[in-house]
Amino acid sequence: MGEWDELYRENIIDHYKNPRCRGTLDHPDITYEDANPLCGDQLRIDIEVKDGKIEKIRHSGHGCSISQAAASMLCERMEGHPLEEVKALTKEDVLELLGIELGPVRLKCALLILKTLKAGVYGITQWPGEEEEKA
Amino acid sequence: MSTPLVGTTAAAATSRERFDPREVRGRFPLLTAKREPPLVYLDSAATSQKPESVLAAMDDYYRRYNANIHRGIYAIAEEATAAYEDARARLARFIGAPAREVIFTRNSTEAINLVAYAWGRWALKRGDAVLLTVMEHHSNLVPWHILAAERGIELRFIPVTDAGELQMEALPGLLADGRVRLAGVVHISNVLGTVNPVEEIARQAHATGALVLVDASQSVPHMPVDVKALGCDFLALTAHKMLGPTGIGALWARRELLEAMPPFLGGGEMIREVKLEGSKWNELPWKFEAGTMAIAEAVGLRAAVAFCEELGMERIFEHDRELARYALERMIEVPGVRILGPPAEKRGGVVAFELGEIHPHDVATVLDHHGIAVRAGHHCAMPLHDRLGVPASARASFHCYSVPEDVDALVEGLHHARKVFG
Repeated sequence: MGEWDELYRENIIDHYKNPRCRGTLDHPDITYEDANPLCGDQLRIDIEVKDGKIEKIRHSGHGCSISQAAASMLCERMEGHPLEEVKALTKEDVLELLGIELGPVRLKCALLILKTLKAGVYGITQWPGEEEEKA
Repeated sequence: MSTPLVGTTAAAATSRERFDPREVRGRFPLLTAKREPPLVYLDSAATSQKPESVLAAMDDYYRRYNANIHRGIYAIAEEATAAYEDARARLARFIGAPAREVIFTRNSTEAINLVAYAWGRWALKRGDAVLLTVMEHHSNLVPWHILAAERGIELRFIPVTDAGELQMEALPGLLADGRVRLAGVVHISNVLGTVNPVEEIARQAHATGALVLVDASQSVPHMPVDVKALGCDFLALTAHKMLGPTGIGALWARRELLEAMPPFLGGGEMIREVKLEGSKWNELPWKFEAGTMAIAEAVGLRAAVAFCEELGMERIFEHDRELARYALERMIEVPGVRILGPPAEKRGGVVAFELGEIHPHDVATVLDHHGIAVRAGHHCAMPLHDRLGVPASARASFHCYSVPEDVDALVEGLHHARKVFG
């Protein structure tokens, strides 16, 4: 394995090819769609909430391996957790799930799921991480 | 005067012979710098690399005769003014226009905005139409969106065929009611590489009383362009894609239009006389050049024009097209490659493609790990990608310093990308 495929670790390729929590829900309590204008990647999330918990979460849309794998990993991690936890999620959490470092352009690919999730649940429409940079 | 320019003497001697791209490459410091892995630069449609002569000319200006132009009554200011105006004269000659009709702008986007704001606001009224094409770069769409919203102007579009060419049979119908006042068309598509029949569009548009704007961002840097032969009324170009610096471009327009149009930006240099209550405009071309212009960049552009003239624009075009032809041949060897746009004989040095189901960002990232620089995304042409039914594409593009080995490296990189995502 050469240095050039460091970015595409096995777990990323695995989540990209076999996405978890992929699809849509018929009666979601929360549904939200967002896009990355830089590359046209589109992502939709559907969430069913029960007793303050994420009962079911599904993602759909299209995008690169990084955005798709991040969506798969984050949805898998959040299903069954309190909805409240979404608020505390940071860009570091997503990068930790992916296990890689990313340049600024690909970082947006990775964070599209987090942006979509926060916008859907809390109406926060900024890119994750940008609020800290401005402070 | 300033530094001797490359090409003034060598041009005539070499223009008939083909240039050696390997020798040409040696004159580009960024391309000869040691790097691991070695850089394979295939993104010249986004911006070209710059030869030593361009870098040296700009450096020489700053080190030896940096002064503001037009007003200084001292030696270096006069030298700077002469260099700036000589840059205009050489650029004008390069596109077959009088110097008075060439306005310096920041880039071709600003040149198009100048037309939309100064000409458009002056000449267009509710109910008029502007005709564009589906393959325009956003720079020739958004200024018209803004104007359309402000003035109630209708926008029409020449459709694009599945093969990535303009659907010319639709043109007479689009022009038929005589309401089209301007047809704006990209000369070479930055995505498909399609060379559009601008002359024919101009002929038909003029017959119905419409003016013609050509976005020459991808053509002036790669092929001989003569504004009179094209038969257009406005032409927008940018320096940084033609071996020159960023921050400078130009608008060419017919003199009567420039005389009649109100100014674009107001400020110093664009006026003849200012009183507190009002001002009189300067004569052409300075009427449209407000504030201190990009002097060093003009000097750099002059050196870039000289470099292009030395190689010969026909030779550059031939070279780019040959590489594109070679790329098309080699790339279809890679399973899953789908090329966007027309066959080789109808395109310039641009090849946009898809690689199976692999997202262009992933393709570009794998290639980057091989040192290969390609562009991935919608290339500022979202409506065109919508039309072609692809969310994004990857794109390789060439200039005079590109060599077949660059294409070979790309093909090898694509095989690797397939392996990673296979």
